Amino acid sequence: MKNKIILSVLVLFFTFCFIVLYKGLNNSNIYVPETKIEKTLIKFNSTDLYSGNKISSDQIFIGSEYYVLNIWASWCIPCRAEHSKLIKLSENKSIKLIGLNYRDNPKNAKKFINEFGDPYFMIIKDNQGMISVDLGAIGVPETFIINKDKKIIKRFLGSLTEKSLNEINLITK
Amino acid sequence: MLAHQIGYYSLILGFFFSILIIPVSIKNFNNKNKVIDNKVFSISFFQFFFVLVSFSGLILSFVNSDFGNETVFNNSHTTKPLFYKISGTWGNHEGSLLLWLLVLTLFIFIFLIKSNSQPKKYRILTLLFQQVIIIGFFLFLLKTSNPFNYFFPVPKEGLGLNPILQDPALAIHPPILYLGYVGSSIIFSASLAAVVAKHISIVWAKHIKLWIFVSWIFLTFGIMLGSIWAYYELGWGGFWFWDPVENVSLMPWFCLTALLHCILVLEKRSILSSWTIILSIATFMLSMSGTFLVRSGILNSVHTFANDPERGIFILIFLFILILLSLVIFFVFHKENDQKIVKINWLSKEASILFNNWFLMYFLSVVLIGTVYPIFLEVLSSKKISVGPPFYYKLMIPFLIPFLFFMSIGPNLNWIKSEFKKIKIQIVLSFAVSLLISFIILNQIGFVGLINSILILVTFYLFFITIKDFFLKKYKNYSQIFSHFGFSLLILSILFNSILSSEKTINLKVGEEFSFRDETVIFESIESVKNKNYKSIVGNFKIKDKKNNFLQLKPELRIYNQPVIITSEADIKTTLYYDKFLVMNLVKDYEYFNVRYQVKPFMIWIWIATVILVIGGFLSLFQRPYEK
Repeated sequence: MKNKIILSVLVLFFTFCFIVLYKGLNNSNIYVPETKIEKTLIKFNSTDLYSGNKISSDQIFIGSEYYVLNIWASWCIPCRAEHSKLIKLSENKSIKLIGLNYRDNPKNAKKFINEFGDPYFMIIKDNQGMISVDLGAIGVPETFIINKDKKIIKRFLGSLTEKSLNEINLITK
Repeated sequence: MLAHQIGYYSLILGFFFSILIIPVSIKNFNNKNKVIDNKVFSISFFQFFFVLVSFSGLILSFVNSDFGNETVFNNSHTTKPLFYKISGTWGNHEGSLLLWLLVLTLFIFIFLIKSNSQPKKYRILTLLFQQVIIIGFFLFLLKTSNPFNYFFPVPKEGLGLNPILQDPALAIHPPILYLGYVGSSIIFSASLAAVVAKHISIVWAKHIKLWIFVSWIFLTFGIMLGSIWAYYELGWGGFWFWDPVENVSLMPWFCLTALLHCILVLEKRSILSSWTIILSIATFMLSMSGTFLVRSGILNSVHTFANDPERGIFILIFLFILILLSLVIFFVFHKENDQKIVKINWLSKEASILFNNWFLMYFLSVVLIGTVYPIFLEVLSSKKISVGPPFYYKLMIPFLIPFLFFMSIGPNLNWIKSEFKKIKIQIVLSFAVSLLISFIILNQIGFVGLINSILILVTFYLFFITIKDFFLKKYKNYSQIFSHFGFSLLILSILFNSILSSEKTINLKVGEEFSFRDETVIFESIESVKNKNYKSIVGNFKIKDKKNNFLQLKPELRIYNQPVIITSEADIKTTLYYDKFLVMNLVKDYEYFNVRYQVKPFMIWIWIATVILVIGGFLSLFQRPYEK
């Protein structure tokens, strides 16, 4: 009898722990390094994926209130999943969506765009990966919101989600 | 590519064998043979063999930089040195789980071939419980963290391993720690099996003791390596930060240490069997919770790399299934021997072991609460707090005093009962010596607070009593003497280290200098060196003391290419008396550097003491049963 009481108390206790930990998992806080936020964008030079023309950052970030810079590559699996979100995001007319093609083969990159659609206003190449590094990126995909003063005001690590889309739309309204 | 394929398919084959064992061993369980069928051995061997092949396949993929493999792509890079390519295999979530699985299958195989003297039913039950754990890990691996995901087109370059992890101590730290964790899984299965098969006896205690000691040795050593890494690499100048991830390795250690003493009592006096079972279960559960907390991303810590709620949910459910299973088994099958109610005399060896078990459980709960409470609070009230070192110090240090005291006199008491009058004069004498020594020391360094002073006194008591035992005791238990001596040395070095450490932090330009106590630190120059996968900035510092002796220190900043992470490598000059620790950090524009200079006495003794502690555990493996 005494054993049964102890057993049920223990089971209840562990069930309680389970529920708390389960809930804890769902609002698990993903750690985002605070680097480069609110930092001014560095100047860089790149080439356009399609035309092959040289282009500088001053020529890219001009004429809009907000820019969204998305780092992607055709070999990156999460980028595929993310692509539909970007297409959706391209409907937002107050932003210029710029694709930074990270360490990719131009042929594969074009094939990728043909297959999944082109949400970007412009795609620039980052063959050596140096631009991404200067931006402070730590992986692909990664997305930055940049304002007209060329300041990075927000960054998203990993694939964009429905929630981050809403956030972008809210910021750029 | 080939290695990858082989790795993947052997993992699946291994899974197949792990399922196959179950019907075969159940059939074997029910037949009348006294021995286990050879089939069981061979299936268990194949299970291990295929996991080994799979693990080697992953290592080869890392060595060949096969970036089509997602794990390799995420964690490796062509410019990385070979040694770190290999250690990268287990430096990530998927690979480390495969390593868990490898050790799990290896240990159960060793268990099977090494437990001949035990009854068949007990062995098979152990195997079955262990298979539950193994299959759980197989499913976890294949379902949520397959190390063999392949994708096309194959990227040219990988994303690199976290450069903080490029350190020799850390490269071997996880495997060693896992050996300890996984060893506790065998203890867990074996004690459940012993409960079901009613095999809890002196014979069983003798046999499982070996596994307990082996796990304890690996766990202790693994924790020490992690701590050494933190000291040399993280550049904070401490060796233990009460970081949640460190705490989760400490919790099973407390439990296992208590278990290790309990099993001795069970072996000698055939009492404390419930304690033994509960501790065996708890040790493994705590190891599993450690994996859960680290791998699920529920904790915020320097160590959390992978954040994936799906994985977390899997481990959580698995963990609670194991907890419920063991609770039910314990309550249904375990009956303590009622006929034989043994009274424990308060002045006996087993009594002091029991007292110290309670203290260990207390320390365990302090660490557990400090680690888990913030999570619970955040979920229940969405408040965020972090529990820091002062919490642990306040709650643990005072209780170390009685703990150390029982540790000193316990080994000098007899089993069953000691006469108060017969307590030897040497024991009292050792106390007088330690009283004298600590008085002299405190006189030298000044008053350090009441609790610290008493703590120094009792630690010296343990120190001298173990030395006395080593030379004078009739029946020497070297294992106990060494590990208790190591422990006293450990506490002494930690105490004096923390009391006597001093440091200064300052922003400096090249050419500037500052004085600290009776030394002058001169920042002479910086130079830039290019290495294979990082660029480094080395500062040249000279430290001049009163007698004009010079000491050169060269702290380093490393800027890794892939991914770009800046780490600072402290330069540490170690002597037997103190460590001089200098680290610098970037402030701005490479002109000013933030320089931190620390003098930390007896640092090396912390490591030496831990090694002695481990040696003590190691000696027990070779020692004959001691005392009458």
